[in-house]
Amino acid sequence: MWTFFHKLGSPPWLYGISGSILRWLLPLTLLALATGLVWGLLFTAPDFRQGNSYRIIYIHVPAAVVALAGYYVMALAGAINLIWKMKMADVAMRSAAPIGAALTFIALVTGAIWGKPTWGTWWVWDARITSMLILLFLYLGVIALYEAFDNKEAAGKACAVLSLVGMVNIPIIYKSVDWWYSLHQPASIKFTGESSIDPSMLYPLLLMIGAFYALFTCCLLMNMRAELLSREARTNWVRKLALSGGRD
Amino acid sequence: MSAPGPLAFCLRLLRRQLILAVRRPIEIGNPLLFFAMVVALFPLGLGPAPDQLASFAPGILWIIALLSNLLTSDAVFRSDFDDGSLEQLLLSPQPLYLSVLAYIAAHWLITGLLLALVSPLFALMLNLPAGAIGSLMASLLLGTAVLSLLGCIGAALTVGLKRGGMLISLLILPLYMPVLIFGSAAVKAAVIGAPAGPYLALLGAMLCLAIALAPLAIAAGLRISIDA
Repeated sequence: MWTFFHKLGSPPWLYGISGSILRWLLPLTLLALATGLVWGLLFTAPDFRQGNSYRIIYIHVPAAVVALAGYYVMALAGAINLIWKMKMADVAMRSAAPIGAALTFIALVTGAIWGKPTWGTWWVWDARITSMLILLFLYLGVIALYEAFDNKEAAGKACAVLSLVGMVNIPIIYKSVDWWYSLHQPASIKFTGESSIDPSMLYPLLLMIGAFYALFTCCLLMNMRAELLSREARTNWVRKLALSGGRD
Repeated sequence: MSAPGPLAFCLRLLRRQLILAVRRPIEIGNPLLFFAMVVALFPLGLGPAPDQLASFAPGILWIIALLSNLLTSDAVFRSDFDDGSLEQLLLSPQPLYLSVLAYIAAHWLITGLLLALVSPLFALMLNLPAGAIGSLMASLLLGTAVLSLLGCIGAALTVGLKRGGMLISLLILPLYMPVLIFGSAAVKAAVIGAPAGPYLALLGAMLCLAIALAPLAIAAGLRISIDA
């Protein structure tokens, strides 16, 4: 079991294993995304009050859910880097930040598009929307801090501290709806008790959430592979890989 | 001479920071001057109608307090980092947690506390109802302490960087937002005659959390900055 842990610290091993994971995970992700989108957009009933406009939920909610989870992934990777000084965790943290920022941005944009027909306005300063905006700022802050350091090892550690500090913000994001409830509806899916969303709409939504998690993982692995290659550009294994035409 | 105990050391450090600040009074005056000037900007930008100013006053006062805190927090560790005394502090056997608290306490005493004490004057200039001044001061007293703690995290992470000024705002402003929400909500509640207590209690809870955790992050940040 511990050899597995030690292997995690080896860039060529990680590059190889992530390649073989991606080989089956990427097609599976694309299949799930396509199924979920077709199911959600074409084969579910329109909403009683919102008509067809509610269908953006199949992008909006998964993006928002995974954007939040992505922050945990980033902060956790940062903590692993701080505690065990594991370089690969630093690579993971560095790679997770832009993906999380992109997902947060997607959640905000789709929320604005959804808000126009539903609430009659593109943007409201509602608690949950504002929290997502803060989350975007947190992601961008981590990216900006990373770029500001010349010493990349220090950059990774500093970003790890910052993302752990930002994690204090995450419970506030979750709780914000209860605290400053205004326009945004409270969570419809509950693990305990009855969900307030119809099963015919819930299942495609759950599929899309799963697909977005898989998409996040794929993007993370691909980003990590690119980061590994650029960091290890001068080593033997990268040279061999380049000479063999990229096949690992 | 034997080494002082942790608490005595912490108090000495606090005294040193305060003496340094008092010897350069302009540094203490600058945030207050900034506060006064930005207060003057709002009637110029929003129009001088007293009713309108009164309704915006809680938010205006809190945002200015937040900005002046942000602008001063950049300098907390800067000079000690430049002359090497920060590195000596990290090498010393004293617990960094307490030393960091001394820095933060000094920063709060010369910015947050003074701002809270002079805020009634600016509140009157912005036509804030007199009944809300008590909760304005209370919320500023609690809130600026949280802001100082959070601001020092940004200061510790960016102290080694040449161009930290803009960056620290990007890092720290998102963390300031919950404080701003509850701080201004406390004042707004007092304006309409609702109890401000719950908001002040939440600010107090944030302060407890920040005192417990922020020095850890600051200490880690300082170590990273010194190593880099």
